[in-house]
Amino acid sequence: MLEITNVHKTFFAGTVNERAALRDINLSLSAGEFVTVIGSNGAGKSTILNITSGKLRPDTGTVTIDGTDVTRLADHSRARFIGRVFQDPMAGTSPDMTIEQNLAIAYERGKSRGLRPGVTRKKREFFKEELKSLELGLENRLKAKVGLLSGGQRQALSLLMATFSSPKILLLDEHTAALDPQRAELVSRLTAEVVERHGLTTLMVTHNMEQALRLGTRLIMMHEGRIILDLDRQQKEKTTVPDLLHEFEKIKGAALDDRTMLQ
Amino acid sequence: MIVAVELGLIYAIMALGVYLTFRILNFPDLTVDGSFTTGAAVASIMIINGAPPLLSTVAAFGAGLVAGWITGILHTKGKINGLLAGILTMIALYSINLRIMGKANLPLLREDTLITPLRDAGMLGTIGAIVVFGLLALAVKFIIDWFLHTDLGLAMQATGDNEEMIRSFGVSTDRMKILGLALSNGLVALCGALIAQYQGFADIGMGIGLILAGLASVIIGQAIFGSRVIIVATLAVVLGSVLYRVVIQLALQAGLNPNDMKLISAVLVVIALVLPQLKVFKRIGGLNNMKKALSGAGARG
Repeated sequence: MLEITNVHKTFFAGTVNERAALRDINLSLSAGEFVTVIGSNGAGKSTILNITSGKLRPDTGTVTIDGTDVTRLADHSRARFIGRVFQDPMAGTSPDMTIEQNLAIAYERGKSRGLRPGVTRKKREFFKEELKSLELGLENRLKAKVGLLSGGQRQALSLLMATFSSPKILLLDEHTAALDPQRAELVSRLTAEVVERHGLTTLMVTHNMEQALRLGTRLIMMHEGRIILDLDRQQKEKTTVPDLLHEFEKIKGAALDDRTMLQ
Repeated sequence: MIVAVELGLIYAIMALGVYLTFRILNFPDLTVDGSFTTGAAVASIMIINGAPPLLSTVAAFGAGLVAGWITGILHTKGKINGLLAGILTMIALYSINLRIMGKANLPLLREDTLITPLRDAGMLGTIGAIVVFGLLALAVKFIIDWFLHTDLGLAMQATGDNEEMIRSFGVSTDRMKILGLALSNGLVALCGALIAQYQGFADIGMGIGLILAGLASVIIGQAIFGSRVIIVATLAVVLGSVLYRVVIQLALQAGLNPNDMKLISAVLVVIALVLPQLKVFKRIGGLNNMKKALSGAGARG
C-alpha cells in the first residue's frame, strides 16, 4: 500500500549545519498494516512522515501509494490518499469554525469542492453517528466552535476527521504526546479502534515505547536516519520495554565507540 | 444625514469585500485603494462610450476580479509578502487607471447610469433610496453568507484559520487565497463603479485611503454588533459602514474640513484598535467583541 524506496533526505545540504535526516530508507507497508515508529530525537521519524505526506520532498528515491507514484505531488494533491493527525492538538482542526463545519471539510477530503452547501441535514446525521463513537458527547455540540474544546477533545476530533473518509494511509505524528496521561490513553484507545474498524494502513510515530509495543502490528526503530530494527507482529508481542531500552543502549554504545575510535 | 446612510450602504459592498480578505483570509489587502478606482474607471469610460450602465458595472466587477487575482498570484506564486503584494498592485493600478480613464477626472453628469432612474424619480436623499441601497447591500451580504457556507467557502474560511489543516484535507491554500482576493476586489471595484455613478464622476484619487474606510467599517461594526457567526459578522460590516459614514458626516458638520477626512478615518481606526487595550475598557463586558476584532487586526501579513 505504501512503498518508500531508496529515500535520502539531507537538511541544509552544503552548509556547516548539514544533517542527513534519512539515509537510504526502504519501507514497505502492506494494506492494513499498522506500523509504530520509535527512535531518539533527530532519528528521522518525523521526516519519514513528512516525506510520505508531501510536506517534504526526498532528495532521491520514490514514494508510492497504492501503485501511484506520489513523489512529485504537493501535500494537498496527495491528501486524497492520506489522513494525518498532528502532535499539536491545535493543528488538525480549524478553531474558529464549528464542529460540524470541520467535519464537513474533512468529509470532502481530496474531492473538488464546489458550491454545494457544506453542511446538509444528511451529513449532519452522519456526523452525529460518527461523533458518538468518540463517547465525548460532542454529537450534542455540533454548532460549538472547535476552539472551545479541550486538547483531548480536539485531538479525538482530529482523529475522527483524519479517518472517517477512509484514507489509504493514516499518518500519526506523536498525536498523544501533548495530552495529559488520561486523555492520551483515551486517544490511544480510539486510535486502535478506528484503525481496526476501517482497516487503515497506518504509520505512527511515538516517543512512548510502551504505546509503540501495545499498538500496531509491526514496530520499527530508527537511529540517525536509518531503520535499525524491524519487528513483525510475533516478534513485537515477545518484546518488552526493557528489551527496547537495551537496543537503544546498544546503539548509543556503538555511537560512542565510533567516536572514541576516531579520537 | 440620509446621504450619509446612502453612502454607507453603497460603501458596505466595499467593506464586505475587505471583510473577505481581512477577516476570512486573514490577509490585509491594500489592493483595494487601486481596484476601487479601477471599477469606477471601467464603468465610467464604458458608460461614456455608450455601453449599457448595467453591463458597464458588471465589467467593473470583472476588472476588480483581475486586480485581486494579480495580487494573489504575486503573493502565492511570487512568494511576495501579502502587504507588499497589495501595495505593488495598488501602485501599478494607478497608472492603469489613468490609461483607462485617459484623464484624471471623468464626469458622468449627462450620461444615463444605474442611478439615473432613482434621481429621476426624486428618490435620492429619501427613505426610498435607503431602501434600494439597503436591499442591494443585503443582497451582497446574503450572497457572501451563502458562499461561505458552501464546500468551497468552508475551505476558504479554513485557509484563513489553519492552513496546514486545510492542506491536509486536499485544498490548495494558494488557490483559495487567489480566489478570495479576486472576489474581494471584484466587490470593491463594483462598489467603485456604483459610487462613480452615484456622485456623477470618476476621479483618479477617489480610492486613496479607502482601505481605512473598509477596515474601520469591519472593525467598528464587529466591535459593536458582534461577529460570533458569519451571518452576524457580515451584517455588522454593513452596519459598521453606515456608522462610519455617519460619524464622518458628524465630524464634517462639527466644522472639520472635507480635506481632513483621511485624518479622521485614520484616527477612527486607531481609536477602534487602541481603545479596547486600555484597562478601563477591558472591564466593560460589551467591549469583548472589540478585543476580538483587535486580535485579528494584528494578524500576520
